[in-house]
Amino acid sequence: VLLLLLPLVAVLVPEFYNFADPSIGGMPFFYWWQLLWVGGVAVCTGIVYLATRSTR
Amino acid sequence: MIPPFNSLEFAIVVAMFAVVTVLGFAATRWKRATSLASVEEWGLGGRRFGTAVTWFLLGGDLYTAYTFVAVPALLFGTGALGFFAVPYTIAVFPLVMFPAARMWSVCHEHGYATAADFVRGRYGSAMLALLVAITGIVATIPYIALQLTGIKAILEVMGIGGDWPLWIAFIALAAYTWTSGLRAPALIAFVKDILIYIVVLVAIIYIPYKLGGYNVIFDRAQTGLAASKMSILLTGPQYLGYSTLALGSALALFLYPHAVTGVLATRDRDVVKKNMSLLPAYSLMLGFIALLGYMAIAAHVKPVGGTAKAPNTTTIVPVLFNSQFPHWFAGIAFGAIAIGALVPAAIMGISAANTFARDIYRPYFRPRASDREEGLVGQIVSVILKLGAVGVIVGLKLSFAIELQLIGGVIVIQVLPPLVLGLYTRWYHRWALAAGWVVGMGLSIYMLYVTSSKTSAHFGSASFAFSTWGFNTKVTIWTGIIGVLANLLVATALTPLLARLPKGRDETSAADYEEAKAPPMPLGPGHAGGAA
Repeated sequence: VLLLLLPLVAVLVPEFYNFADPSIGGMPFFYWWQLLWVGGVAVCTGIVYLATRSTR
Repeated sequence: MIPPFNSLEFAIVVAMFAVVTVLGFAATRWKRATSLASVEEWGLGGRRFGTAVTWFLLGGDLYTAYTFVAVPALLFGTGALGFFAVPYTIAVFPLVMFPAARMWSVCHEHGYATAADFVRGRYGSAMLALLVAITGIVATIPYIALQLTGIKAILEVMGIGGDWPLWIAFIALAAYTWTSGLRAPALIAFVKDILIYIVVLVAIIYIPYKLGGYNVIFDRAQTGLAASKMSILLTGPQYLGYSTLALGSALALFLYPHAVTGVLATRDRDVVKKNMSLLPAYSLMLGFIALLGYMAIAAHVKPVGGTAKAPNTTTIVPVLFNSQFPHWFAGIAFGAIAIGALVPAAIMGISAANTFARDIYRPYFRPRASDREEGLVGQIVSVILKLGAVGVIVGLKLSFAIELQLIGGVIVIQVLPPLVLGLYTRWYHRWALAAGWVVGMGLSIYMLYVTSSKTSAHFGSASFAFSTWGFNTKVTIWTGIIGVLANLLVATALTPLLARLPKGRDETSAADYEEAKAPPMPLGPGHAGGAA
């Protein structure tokens, strides 16, 4: 459950990421941080799925 | 300024549309059932979809043409605030993973086809189910209309005046959803998603390359936005609006009938959960699509249509493609966007129609309607809804199409208490939930009503400014959050007070929400009945 909360906190509290620096390839932190969490959320929900799926 | 008509682009779009129409009719034969004449088969594809089909179906369903057209338009017009779509589509998956799985299980056990079916079974209240059904249908109509604005934007950029192509597109759409049901958009979604992935990949590499890299794009976007006092970063007062917008939209997304339909059409519970970790792939694409809005600023794109005071910003992406891509590729991109609008419009029409047939027609007009009759009513309603949506869009002028979707979200989130809480507890009293709905909905609509925008005095936006209530602040909040909090408060406060009134029969049991212990039973032709 904590794994599911992590991405929520990471993207729903703009205080954490509303900065221009550091930028990657010209993309301000604000943007790549949120795009990075797309991957993050996939990993988190993926782990939870594997842990809770019915064994067949 | 109306751009010149381009026959190559037009020919490509027409050809793509023709292919998709043929596919739509052919879908009748796909995973063929003995008869399509029931809500079960026509409206849920026989509940047989596996992981891959579901991924395409839900992907096509949730990431719609608004993604392609309205989100970049929002960044183009308002800067960083428009990027809320990314945290929104990140937050949604962890939030709905477990509720969606419980929903799948209980609906599978009892043959529920819609959210309102579940509510009726859980609370033994046809009235509460009616509220849920109406909410879903009303919230879906602006969403279908939103898809049309996507097509309309493309037509305008291709230099085609008039609304006749919209009518043709939707009559064809109505015809093949009539014959094939949910199978049609599921099959077309494959084509659409592959096309869109190609277009996006090319766009996010080729356009920055032509413009001189992301550095240049963000710099020019900042300069361009600063001219109208916007920024590529959020300002302090925008924080609350940004996060409640993202959170609220995430909570609302899976309450829409079309999302419920997507979940219920799956083969088993694991497919639902697995997709919650696979669907974020679309969010990544969405993030880059959003940045097209900045690319448009950097490329000095001028929106087509609208008025000088309220330009039609939904046209910026098509204009950007038109100015940056060679015509043949712009044609493919336009075709992809157009198809991208048809898939969700079809699913939305089907789910709203399911809801009408199941939860309004059957309980209130013809309690003894056969499955066949119920299916037929669904088909008819889905046609009416689609044509109605065209009518709405032809009659309305919209500068920020996305506000339509936000207003739909404000409405649909009011079913959260009976539906989501109902998946976990039976503590709430049905009349308390109904009262909560009335208060929450009333408050939200009032708040939407007093919110003005540049172009209209009422229903201007789903971001509510606290200054309306005399607070001296620039802070705004997503209207739905306040509405749903009021809803919860009333439902919670009234439940103990109403404890003496009959609670209604709950036809579900705790085990229905968990994984099936025994192998899943094949679904009979029977349906959820037993409404009080």
